[in-house]
This record gives sequence, structure tokens and C-alpha cells, in this order.
Amino acid sequence: MHLEPRESTPWWLSFCAPVLAIIGSMLLASLFIIWAGASVIEAFKMISVGAFGSTFAISETFSRAIPLMLTGLAAAIAFRAQFYNIGAEGQLYCGALVATVVGTGMFNLPAAVMIPFLFACGALAGAMALLLPWYLKTKLSVDEVVTTLLLNFIILLLVSFALEGPMRDPMSMGWPQTAPIVDEGVLPALIPRTRLHAGLYFAVAMAIVLWLILRYSVFGFKVKAMGLNAQAAKHAGIPPTKTLFWVAMLSGALAGTAGVSEVAGLKGYLTLDLSPGFGYTGIAVAMLANLNPLGIILSAIFLAGISVGADSMGRALGIPSYIADIMVASAVLSVLIGLMFTRYRVRRS
Amino acid sequence: MDILEILVSASFWAATIRIACPLIFATLGELICERAGVLNLGIEGIMSAGAMSGWLWVYNGGDLYGAVLFAASVGALFGLLHASFTVSLGLSQHVTGIGITLLASSMSYYIIKMLLPESTSPPKIIPFQNINIDGLSTLPFFGPALFSHTPLTYIAFVIVPVIMYLLYRTPWGLAVRIAGENPVALEAQGINVVLVRTLAVMTGSALMAVGGAYLTISAFDAFYFGMVNGRGWICVALVIFASWRPGKALLGALLFAGLDAFQVRMQQQMGAYIPYQFFLMLPYVLSIVAMIIVARRAEYPKALLKPYRRGERL
Repeated sequence: MHLEPRESTPWWLSFCAPVLAIIGSMLLASLFIIWAGASVIEAFKMISVGAFGSTFAISETFSRAIPLMLTGLAAAIAFRAQFYNIGAEGQLYCGALVATVVGTGMFNLPAAVMIPFLFACGALAGAMALLLPWYLKTKLSVDEVVTTLLLNFIILLLVSFALEGPMRDPMSMGWPQTAPIVDEGVLPALIPRTRLHAGLYFAVAMAIVLWLILRYSVFGFKVKAMGLNAQAAKHAGIPPTKTLFWVAMLSGALAGTAGVSEVAGLKGYLTLDLSPGFGYTGIAVAMLANLNPLGIILSAIFLAGISVGADSMGRALGIPSYIADIMVASAVLSVLIGLMFTRYRVRRS
Repeated sequence: MDILEILVSASFWAATIRIACPLIFATLGELICERAGVLNLGIEGIMSAGAMSGWLWVYNGGDLYGAVLFAASVGALFGLLHASFTVSLGLSQHVTGIGITLLASSMSYYIIKMLLPESTSPPKIIPFQNINIDGLSTLPFFGPALFSHTPLTYIAFVIVPVIMYLLYRTPWGLAVRIAGENPVALEAQGINVVLVRTLAVMTGSALMAVGGAYLTISAFDAFYFGMVNGRGWICVALVIFASWRPGKALLGALLFAGLDAFQVRMQQQMGAYIPYQFFLMLPYVLSIVAMIIVARRAEYPKALLKPYRRGERL
């Protein structure tokens, strides 16, 4: 048996990857649910009810999906250009940190200016966090995977320092958290008495904008060319350093806004547990959507649903909530196999 | 003054060796994978799985050497999973690695939570004890610094020349190195590239898991959440720093561990002036600096990241 590249992909095969991902993530999770002594059908029913069963559940799932969409987009644009930014987690915290610095009373602006201002600052901070890995990759050919990964730890420690030192809220009774974002900076709620906030509009808009950029702009074409064959792209006159610069800036900025939307929309202030690994899950979101920005809207909602649903299922059935991470991980691995079938066919040799 | 005092204390050197051990195992593991042409970003999760399974074996009444073997086999299994994706199917090594890290660490945490749902402080086991080598461990300074360690520590140092011998002096090692440099040439010799790469990734992953197990059954005596804490990523940086040579990897791990041990001691002395977070940052900053230093003359294995499919041009 061997794999043979396909010349064209039949339309029905493009559904193969996400379907395989869903099946794969459910299969492995079933084993762990059975081990925990619970009924598999019952468990999956509770996950879907917990994720989509009520207005409250849907609002929780969608508000969890907001940062995942943004980190997913950050991963997608970078991975498309073969720039492996695995530092979205750190860039998210950079965005959140800077938004908290400027959004807790430093400026006095009306909400219509304040909110865009916070997002702009956070985006800039996230982009700056990728400046060093970009520089090291393009000028010194230092692998960006390792630098972005290590920067996650460095940035998290920096945030920890800020929270315990200069930025700790004197009113926080000693908890390491910052002062709250001023009222003008808080994102409005979409449904009263839920946590769902206007960050959703922003994230969806970003997905659409990124899709348009990648599909219709010259820059999008350059990114695609670099991703397919960096050497050929270079020979065709596409400047790799410059293109990667804008890829890195966009990717970092998107991850930075994820931090802003969490601080200004969901939590209201910055703590060290702002993100339970949104940066890493963003890679799963992007892969599940085959790096397509519009697909990311759906895959972010799907993975957010898994984690929100698994939380409520876990509480009811006594299953550790790590089951959600297991499902996310097996979804990533299964989608890789699914994508392979869209590009290759299996032939008997 | 203070700095000198630290450098001449036996406890500093003993700590350096203790910190270096998990890095030695895991760096060698990553090195073998990459020498065969496969980047294994599953390392962070595989170390977690190794730490958990080593601890679990002893917690269930198994002996310590059995725990090392058990951890190694768990690691090899994850290696097999990684290799089936990246070698047999030629899928993205980056994404597979991240996926396996996510899978292995969440599985470890799930299993711990299942077994110990209530406990906030994890139960302790009896880890490897220091063995004193007759005649040597009573030496002043050198005794406590070098000759009073756990058996697994000595194994870490013995395994470096073993890997060097295997990699450079045996046909298997040659096959692994060619698989990472020029797989077509290997195939031309009638050797199965997929098999060689798969076995290399399994061996490497087993070593990573032993590195993780060192944490729970030799350095500490319990499993903590997030205990690997980026060590795996540091090892990926160390492999680059060592320019894919086992001897330099040992040196790199020791250098790195020395700076880490030094950092902890400086923290105790300077903690009043400099916040502790900046000390904790040092290992990660140093890893980046180390990569910058060698970047210009880094010689990657030529077929690293390149999947091999028979009959397909690279």
C-alpha cells in the first residue's frame, strides 16, 4: 500500500477531516469515560446539553469560543506561511497586560474610543511579542518553534511579577490581580445576565477580514505561496523576510486581542489564570478548520462546546474535566489523518 | 564573596547534577529523534506521561527499576504513535508533536485525578535513595558533590557514552544518522527508512519518558501538576545548542543545570532586591540565548522535518 497525491479533491472528501476529528475525539474519550464507570451515551448527551442545551449553556460556549477564534486565527495565518508561532499563549497575556495598563484609569476616554483603543494597544503588544522570534528566525535562522514556546514561560513570569508588584490592586486583599478595567473599557454584554460579550462580534469580524485578506489580497497570495514552497516563492520575487514580518505582526496582534477581549469582556481585571491554555488550543482550532478563517468560527465553537460541556458533565458524573483536553488532542491528531485523505489516495502497490 | 562561596560548596555541584539528569535523558531522546529526521515536539507531554507512569508504578507497589522500564515503555508507545503519524503517514511533525504533548499530559492528569479524586497534596512514594560509593563518597567536597547520588543519576551519565557508541560506532547508529541526512541513500542500501525512523523515535521517546520519571522517582517523591514545566522545550533548545551531538548535549545540560542551581542560590541572597520571577525566567532566557549563539553555524540534519515516501522526491 502506498499514498498517491490526488490531482483534485472530490467535494464530499473535504467534510471527511472534521467528521473524522469528531469521531476520533469521541472514540478515545469513550475509553476514559468507561474507565470512570459512567455510561458513554449518557456522558456525551450531558456534554452536548451542557454546551448547547440552554440559553445559558450557549452563552457560556460562545463566550469561551471568542478567545479560541482569535488564537485560532493567529495560528492559522502563521501556519499558512509555515511560520510556526506556538506562542499565542504568551502573546495573549501581552495583549491583556498592556490593555490593563492603559485601561485601568491611565486615560479618560468615552467608551466609543476607549474600547477600540484597548484593542489597538493589545494588538500592538501581542505583535511586539512576536518581533523577537521573527527577527531571530529571519536574520539568524533560529527556530521559531522553540523561541515562541520559551517566550510563553518568560511572559507568564513577567505577568506574575506585574501582578505581585507594580500592578497589584491595593484593594484586592492581597490577591495577585490588577485593578478593574474602567467602565468605559468594558465590553457590553450581548445577552443580559450572561457572560457573553461583544467580543464575539469582533472575533467573527476578524475571521471574515482575515478570510478576505487571504483570499483576495496580494499579501494573501504571498502567504499562500510561501506556505506551499518558500524556495519557489523567493525565486518568484516574493520577499520572505518582509512577508513573514507581516504574518508575524498579524498573528501576534490577533493573539493579543484575545487577551484584551478576555480582560475587557469576561474577567474585568487581569489574573494569572486568565487563559487555561487558549493559545495552545488555538492551534487545535486552526487545524480543525484546515487553517480556513471562516471554518475557524465553527471549529472554535465546537471545541469551546467540548470544554464547557465536559466541565458540566464532569461535575455531574465525577469525571475529571481533563477529558476535554483529551478530546481536543485526539481531535487534532484525527484531523491530520482526515486531511491526509483529502490530499492523497491510498493505492495498493 | 558570595558567588565564590556558592561555587565551592558541594551542595551546589550536587544540585547541578540533580537538575541536569532529566535534561540529559530527554535531550538525548530528542537528539536521537532529530538525528533520524523527526522533530519530536511531543517531548513535553511524554515527559509528563513518564513522570506519571513512573510514580504510578511505585505507588502501586512496584519496584523502582520496574518503574523506569514502565515509564520507558509508555514513552515508547507515544513514540510509536508519533512515528505512525509523522513517519508512516508523513504528516506534519509540528502539529503531531503539539497534539501528542496535549494528549500525553492531559491523559496523565486525567489518570491522576481518577486515582486520587480528593487529594490536594499528592501521596508520596519512597524514591531512589542516594548510594554512597565506598572510598569515594567520603572524600571531602568531591564525595558529597559527585559520589553521593541516586542510581538513576549514575545511569544518566553512563547512558551518554552508550548512546555515543551506538550512534557513531554501530551499523544501527549509522542507519539512524543516514535516515536523517539522506533517506534515499539509506533506501538504496536496502534498508527500510520507515522502520529505522520509527525505531529511533520510539527509543528517543522512551528516553524522554525516563527523564520525566526521574522527576517523580529520583529528584522528588510525588507527582505534581505542571511539574515538567517547560523542561521538554528547554531540551529541544539544548539539542540545537549541542548541534546534534550527544557529548555536547551532556555539556549543555550540565552548563544549563549549573546556571539553574546558581540562580536558585542567588535568589536566596538577592531575593530582597530582585523579584523572584526574574530568577525563574533565567532558564528560558538562557535557552534562547544559547540558540542564538550557535544559530549561525547550526548544521541541521539535512532531512529533518522532511517526510520520506518511497519513490517520491524530497
